[in-house]
Amino acid sequence: MNTVVADITYRAMLGRKRILLLVLLPLALIAVAGLLRLIGGSSEGTAVTLMKSFAVGTILPLLGLVAGTGVIAPEIEDGTIMHLLSKPISRPVIAFTKFVVAASLMALFAALPTFLAAYLLVQNESGIAYGFALGALFAGIAYAAVFLLLGVLTRHAVTIGVIYALIWEGLVGGYVPGARTFSIQQWAQSIADQVSSSAFFKADVSIGFAVPAIVVVTVAALLIAGQRLRSLSLTGEE
Amino acid sequence: MTVTTVPTVATRPGVVQLSGVSRWYGNVVAVNDVTMTIGPGVTGLLGPNGAGKSTLLHIMAGFLAPSNGTATLGGQQIWRNHDIYRHIGLVPEREGVYGFLTGWQFVLSAARLHRLPNPDEAATRALDLVEMTHAKDRRVETYSKGMRQRVKVAAALVHDPHVLLLDEPFNGMDPRQRLHLMDLVRRMGAEGRTILFSSHILEEVERVAEQIEVMVAGRHAASGDYREIRRRMTDRPHIFRVRSSDDRRLAAALIADPSSGAVSLTDGGLEVQALDFGRFTRLLPRVARDAGVRLWQVSPTDEDLESVFSYLIQPRA
Repeated sequence: MNTVVADITYRAMLGRKRILLLVLLPLALIAVAGLLRLIGGSSEGTAVTLMKSFAVGTILPLLGLVAGTGVIAPEIEDGTIMHLLSKPISRPVIAFTKFVVAASLMALFAALPTFLAAYLLVQNESGIAYGFALGALFAGIAYAAVFLLLGVLTRHAVTIGVIYALIWEGLVGGYVPGARTFSIQQWAQSIADQVSSSAFFKADVSIGFAVPAIVVVTVAALLIAGQRLRSLSLTGEE
Repeated sequence: MTVTTVPTVATRPGVVQLSGVSRWYGNVVAVNDVTMTIGPGVTGLLGPNGAGKSTLLHIMAGFLAPSNGTATLGGQQIWRNHDIYRHIGLVPEREGVYGFLTGWQFVLSAARLHRLPNPDEAATRALDLVEMTHAKDRRVETYSKGMRQRVKVAAALVHDPHVLLLDEPFNGMDPRQRLHLMDLVRRMGAEGRTILFSSHILEEVERVAEQIEVMVAGRHAASGDYREIRRRMTDRPHIFRVRSSDDRRLAAALIADPSSGAVSLTDGGLEVQALDFGRFTRLLPRVARDAGVRLWQVSPTDEDLESVFSYLIQPRA
């Protein structure tokens, strides 16, 4: 962990247009929850549906994409990363620091609003708010690592990330039960299911698989990102 | 008994050594089998656009792996070796500056990333060196291109490196800023630092570099002092302009010697094509004295960097 790298990365994430996306998405989630409460739709079933399909199914991967790729991909694209890479700091340390920044943003802009939205609807009925917030936190960490890796590997990180989140997790996962096993949002639901006692949902992936999968994917993505950053080729204008 | 070993040139601190370096992208060869040693002093890396200068500089800076061959600094491998940056300062051609930071924050961050014992003092000194103290509290995105270039130089110098690599450093600077940076580069070279800068502007290289390395179409075309390079081009006659008390008589005397390929009488004096540089320069005063002619002016017309460079990039048909 390097505090200078973290400082520059936070400034880049929070001082630019990206903050709008980081703020607007969770605000939309809280606004929908508030609206449902106003019109009297704050039942446990509604809360679970909103958390599953909107909070964990839509907002979480999108925020993961913004935070995970945002901490590194634009710097590689415009060459500003040279300022960090041309210093006597181990490249895996740079990758890890950027991951910590992305993971902390996920905690702030994904897990916390998920808790607030669920709490707004049903307080802590059946542990739904705590369950989905915890699921969003762990899955947010995994998303941050995976999308950070994508940002190091390819200039098309956002496109590939959108394809993964929308097509693999959203579409294929909806029809092919086997695909759900390899879906970060399904792992988030497994954690939520473990914490919550709600009868309105049952996770498709066992907690025994989901937690180790989150750990393995996060660690592997970070290790690969660190190594790839060591071999990152940057060329000039020629 | 004490045994003292003398380090080879390549392992001396501050010496960048490329040995048989090639770099290709698919079927395109960007740099082809380049071997060169860059030591203390100012070296200009010269070549037309697309010659491979930037690729070579990025290999030396550890941002590109050679497809073949090795690049070392003081005997240490450069590629995948982050410790090497304790000794290297890099000024890339790309903007590469965080626009949302102030000049001070940018240079201070470089000092802190180098873990210098007194980063504030180092950043102040570096900004002062490039005359950017007055604008240090403005955000970099509000700077002109020349100011950004100078703040990048300050960040590259903040840790007082042995080696400074600059990719087209004078781009975007106004004439005064350019002269100031040229002076700074010359001074640092004179202090014993290894400075390599790439440029396609001959005048810049001529004014700053003691040594030139010329790249043409990915190959290392020439190395050394450009006047020496010119003298080694024995397949091209040297052209001299000579003014004397009697040009016609001198022309007749010179053409009799085989070292003169052609002599023409022009309004500005004689234009002599010397086939053998050494023989001609020894012969001319003697011939003039024997012919009773006084020499007023003898000046080579194609020994400037521009002529040397054009000969290198346009081989004789």
